[in-house]
Amino acid sequence: MSAPFRTPEGGRIDRSTTLEFTFDGQTHTGHPGDTLASALLAAGRHSIATSVKLGRPRGVAAAWAEDPGSLVQIEEPFPEPMLLATTVELYDGLVAHGLPGQGRLAEVPDSARYDAVHHHVDVLVVGAGPAGLVAALTAARAGARVALVDEQAEAGGALLGTDDVLDGAPAPEWVAAAVAELAAHPDVLHLQRTTAFGLYDDGFVLALERRTDHLGTAAPRNVSRQRVWRIRARRVVVAAGAHERPVVFADNDRPGIMLAGGARTFLHRYGVLPGREAVLFTTNDSAYDAALDLHRAGVRVQAVVDARPEGSPQRRQDCERAGIRVLSGAVVTGTQGVERVTHALVAPLAAGEVGASSAIGCDLLLVSGGWNPAVHLFSQARGRLRYDEALGAFLPAEELDGVAVAGSAAGVLDLAGCLADGRRVADAALAALGLAAGEQSALPAVEATPAGSAPMTLWRVPDGGDGSTSFVDLQRDATVADLARATGAGLRSMEHVKRYTTIGTAHDQGKTSGVLASGITAELLGVPVQATGTTTFRPPYTPVAFAALAGRDRGRLFDPERVTAVHDWHVAEGAVFEDVGQWKRPRYYPRPGEDMDAAVLRECAATRGGVGILDGSTLGKIDVQGPDAAEFLDRLYTNMISSLKVGSVRYGVMCGVDGMVIDDGTVLRLAEDRFLVLTTTGGAAKVLDWMEEWLQTEWPQLRVRLASVTEQWSTFPVVGPRSRDVVGAVFPDVDVSNEAFPFMTWRDTALGGVPVRLARISFSGELAYEVYVNSWYARAVWERLIEAGRPHGITPYGTETMHVLRAEKGYPIIGQDTDGTVTPHDLGMAWAVSKKKPDFIGKRSFARPANSDPLRKQLVGLLPVDRDTVLPEGSQIVELADGGQLPPPPVPMLGHVTSSYRSAELGRPFALALVKGGRSRIGETVHVPVDGTLVPVEVTGSVLVDPEGARRDG
Amino acid sequence: MQLIECPWCGPREEVEFHYGGQAGVPYPEDPAALDDVQWAQYVFFRDNPKGRFEERWSHAAGCRRWFNAVRDTATYRFERVQRPDTTQAGTR
Amino acid sequence: MTPRTPGADLPEHPDFLWRDAEPKKSYDVVIVGGGGHGLATAHYLAKNHGITNVAVLEKGWLAGGNMARNTTIIRSNYLWDESSAIYEHSLKLWEGLEEDLGYPILFSQRGVLNLAHTLQDVRDSVRRVEANKLNGVDAEWVEPDEVRKICPIVNTSSDIRYPVLGATYQPRAGIAKHDYVAWGFARRADEAGIDLIQDCEVTGFTTDGDRVTGVQTTRGTIAAGKVALCAAGHTTTLTDMLGFRVPVQSHPLQALVSELLEPVHPTVVMSNAVHVYVSQAHKGELVMGAGVDSYNGYGQRGAFSIIERQMAAAVELFPVFARAHLLRTWGGIVDTSPDASPIVGRTPYENVYLNCGWGTGGFKATPGIGDCMAHTIALDEPHPHVAPFALDRFVTGALVDEHGAAAVAH
Repeated sequence: MSAPFRTPEGGRIDRSTTLEFTFDGQTHTGHPGDTLASALLAAGRHSIATSVKLGRPRGVAAAWAEDPGSLVQIEEPFPEPMLLATTVELYDGLVAHGLPGQGRLAEVPDSARYDAVHHHVDVLVVGAGPAGLVAALTAARAGARVALVDEQAEAGGALLGTDDVLDGAPAPEWVAAAVAELAAHPDVLHLQRTTAFGLYDDGFVLALERRTDHLGTAAPRNVSRQRVWRIRARRVVVAAGAHERPVVFADNDRPGIMLAGGARTFLHRYGVLPGREAVLFTTNDSAYDAALDLHRAGVRVQAVVDARPEGSPQRRQDCERAGIRVLSGAVVTGTQGVERVTHALVAPLAAGEVGASSAIGCDLLLVSGGWNPAVHLFSQARGRLRYDEALGAFLPAEELDGVAVAGSAAGVLDLAGCLADGRRVADAALAALGLAAGEQSALPAVEATPAGSAPMTLWRVPDGGDGSTSFVDLQRDATVADLARATGAGLRSMEHVKRYTTIGTAHDQGKTSGVLASGITAELLGVPVQATGTTTFRPPYTPVAFAALAGRDRGRLFDPERVTAVHDWHVAEGAVFEDVGQWKRPRYYPRPGEDMDAAVLRECAATRGGVGILDGSTLGKIDVQGPDAAEFLDRLYTNMISSLKVGSVRYGVMCGVDGMVIDDGTVLRLAEDRFLVLTTTGGAAKVLDWMEEWLQTEWPQLRVRLASVTEQWSTFPVVGPRSRDVVGAVFPDVDVSNEAFPFMTWRDTALGGVPVRLARISFSGELAYEVYVNSWYARAVWERLIEAGRPHGITPYGTETMHVLRAEKGYPIIGQDTDGTVTPHDLGMAWAVSKKKPDFIGKRSFARPANSDPLRKQLVGLLPVDRDTVLPEGSQIVELADGGQLPPPPVPMLGHVTSSYRSAELGRPFALALVKGGRSRIGETVHVPVDGTLVPVEVTGSVLVDPEGARRDG
Repeated sequence: MQLIECPWCGPREEVEFHYGGQAGVPYPEDPAALDDVQWAQYVFFRDNPKGRFEERWSHAAGCRRWFNAVRDTATYRFERVQRPDTTQAGTR
Repeated sequence: MTPRTPGADLPEHPDFLWRDAEPKKSYDVVIVGGGGHGLATAHYLAKNHGITNVAVLEKGWLAGGNMARNTTIIRSNYLWDESSAIYEHSLKLWEGLEEDLGYPILFSQRGVLNLAHTLQDVRDSVRRVEANKLNGVDAEWVEPDEVRKICPIVNTSSDIRYPVLGATYQPRAGIAKHDYVAWGFARRADEAGIDLIQDCEVTGFTTDGDRVTGVQTTRGTIAAGKVALCAAGHTTTLTDMLGFRVPVQSHPLQALVSELLEPVHPTVVMSNAVHVYVSQAHKGELVMGAGVDSYNGYGQRGAFSIIERQMAAAVELFPVFARAHLLRTWGGIVDTSPDASPIVGRTPYENVYLNCGWGTGGFKATPGIGDCMAHTIALDEPHPHVAPFALDRFVTGALVDEHGAAAVAH
């Protein structure tokens, strides 16, 4: 329970509150402001996880997202796989354990909520470190709309891990003042715990805000757990900082080995001593601060090992004053210890040769090989990178339109320089936006960075062996030996090397290992680092939960549900629904004890024998208006539309330019210059788009306008021999006799002042009237029809009965009886293909060789000879070999069953099918394999009920 | 995720737009006069350059109007957008 | 030391893969495109036909295009006879490929479920299954309760927006490790003496009448007896140089991967209506394909809205994926054809052979098309499995339309 490595005071944690958590079954405590990693370090625990391939212990090796070591699994409050202990904010009741390579998903659904917000700004600043804060302040003072996002719990960036002084006060005070000033600007959005993870074109940045994760079980249920910010910014300032780079040496993966800057952060921010006895191994001046700070905090710094031959004369003095031994021209060649480093092996390095090593006892080995600017977002936006010899790192090589990189992300590594760079980049952004700078205060005064010595680029310390414990990518257990194998195998491209070794493919996507791998590979191949380059940076910058990206588009909101105006009535009547596109359509209305077959047989019989009613409101409806409307439709339909008389209706077929049927439906001529076009339910949007495309791009000279009226008009076919009685009763003003209101005509009327349109259209072969009414009044009209039909036994029916009734008449459903490879002729609809029109869409394709192939599939009817088998839709049709057997595979297929039902009218099952040369096979018997048996079926014409059409007029 | 300049509405999110492929492929004046090879060229064959491409787009979730654009298929950057010439046929 | 996590690491690659060859002056066969199809073609030219004076030209790094970017689903349950024949031929070769290549390609026949969510999906699925059976392809229709047995994490509840009404199941389908496959072919081709030439971009062709005599590259002109174009999304760049057209359009296609997870997903699941295709690869990462971006694009990247939609679909069908993490996204370039079927075979040049238009189906076809292309090149006669996919089908109208009928991409 104790935290022996907690400093007596300091840090940005709230020591007045104690949090309890469990790690690997052990209970520990920490404070608000801790991360899981800092709390574990305070307890003296470095070893966190087990490596994926070799099973080696791994520990906390950095203080934030660049850490390759501290992979954990969260168990409570809800299981979450593979997070870094360094980025998990501590909360009461947290239960976690170290990972052995693979994370574990919860077995129950995640009940947390996720959402997304769009936001538009003039300037988006990514990163609230010194450069980012100055950039945001500068832009805000100029009156720009600003967003500032930062991935940590509080602003400050690198300042949180130092003892820097700005304007004479500790850095946190300057940060607090900056944050307060930003908060006072109404047009500034400042988000912490928000990681910009993707930068796309035109200033589009995706950022993930972790809103309640740090609250643990106390997270309010009415607040989304995480939120995706979709930010569109006119200018983006990337001030994402830099990641310290390790140096590779033998056994460089032991717990207790940590980046120098990370150790400094644990001390200053979290009040944690990462060890008692430290050795620092560095190639640059910046890491000396870590040694000195830890020394002041009571850590015994055994040695500073500086790889540079002369070391750093300036910093050496600082160390000597503190009594710290400095070994220049020396390197760490290896380490000892198992669960924790116990010794660093140190040896002189001269002219590339490593001398004899000696062991220095330590429980903390700090490493710094320089800094890698966080160029991830810049590179994602296709910014080119160049290798900088002085830094030993990749830097932006160009200016991107609308994207600027500032501060250490651009390779500026001193505080004064970062502050100035933030101002410079913001000024440039403002200038580009045409905004005056406004009143700007001076940049904060900081102590000048003492003149120092140039850093040395050192990727690895030769280990005298094969490099098989010199780890490049700790998360993939990939070593220098693996790189050597890859280049030895003949690989030259960094992309191949990455794939061969798997370096950079793990959780951290190579944040620490990527540049090392490039550098070492270049050494192995004897080429410049610029030539090997990096592998491609891809979104996301850090991992993002699937559910966060799914947002609210889950469950019922996954896709919109469209319902008709009468939907509630269908629900109340117990309808079973079918998804058709986004629509919910009643499929059938079972009565107690009925299954679908029984319900459909009843609905069919009732309709053919009396009267039925269908909610056909989902049919697509397009209002086509204009002086050239008739000409326009003539060009789109295969048949002639212009000869249609006002007041009449015609069935039409539409093909693509390839001559294949794409949709069908009826067309009502409302006026000389106006038509109502009906489409299939699923084809409504596509047909409108199709029409608009032709109209706007090919025939703009045609004076036609199009509007979808699908949702404005509800449509109720009233079907069956008694339909005339029902419609006549509800609309007494209309003469519904066949003479006054013949088939394929329409009439307007009104009901209680509400306009209603009636049309004699039949999709069943029966006498039928389609009732069209403004959807606002649809429910009332529907109920009047039901009421008026009651004496006649009116029966509501669903799509299943509709399908049976139309199939009995051989009417195809586009998309069910066709599949994009079927012409009107294949459907037996040559009658719907105009021979008079010089051209229409698809006509020319009918003349291609394949269209006159006698073996084209044609729509026919099938009658199972046993009068009992309902052929499964989709069944294939075959011819048997001599002897009545199925030939061996591949068995030649004649076609397939497109529609199949039990017919109340016929008293037997029947089917529609597309069959090769089908019409010439009428009368033949073919076979359909069903569940291992071969069902003989007779090929018939496609019209099985009332082929004479005697019923349509009642 | 680009901002695409609709010539009528101004810059809008990429998700609002529908892509219409190559521009400048007019419907043949007299399809019946074409042989099968020529007709197939019209129906199925479109250019597919890497680089500058004259295209058609439609602001499908906005004003629903079609327009022409010149875009680089390698960088995805739009060079220009323009309203189709509505005075003559064949702007496809 | 604790025992290592089973499966979380991969078998080692061989100590040597291929020579970084310099181009010679002349080859009997020049294959343009060092992706899976080009490398497989090279391998089978050597193995089946003894033709080894061959160069494979790659403008970047070998197998760095779609081969390095795909989601590795292998199956042969296509609708049309022509399609199932070539893909089944390929699947049979996959079944012996590890031995043929002497490379641990991790071909795992874990089965594929193609989910049906609407009644029309069910009809199309049954149609495809029945056709598959008659064509000798293993396939069955499974009801939702069987779907749950095969893949317990699929949401088979009736209470979702598009409930699972059943699925087609092909037990012999599966996945493989893409780089290993490519490198296996490359190593065999290299061993046979074939030159694999990287950083060698084709800039033009030297022609003599209806023959191509040489290939101009950034590394000089190379004389060629025969030329095979295996450049997928970049095919039209080459055919533009040759002055003939092929009806393919290049589109971005994105994919993504999660962190390593304990085994949770035992098979491959594809859904067209909800648009998911996902497997759990050997190390434990979830590998998922997203939708095709609508516009032509060679940028190997697409819009993030497509990834977001993909995540919504994934969590809808697999609620347990909610807290899996997106680790990396990337894009490839798919070459789509008008009928969603490949275009393979002869060209207007008598010694140039075409292989493109595979769209999202290229990976699974790799050994099959390599074999058939090698046959076509060596014998100067389209292999029967590729004959139906000739360029002239767009003139006759005899398409192999895999859109409407099965509508199962990938």
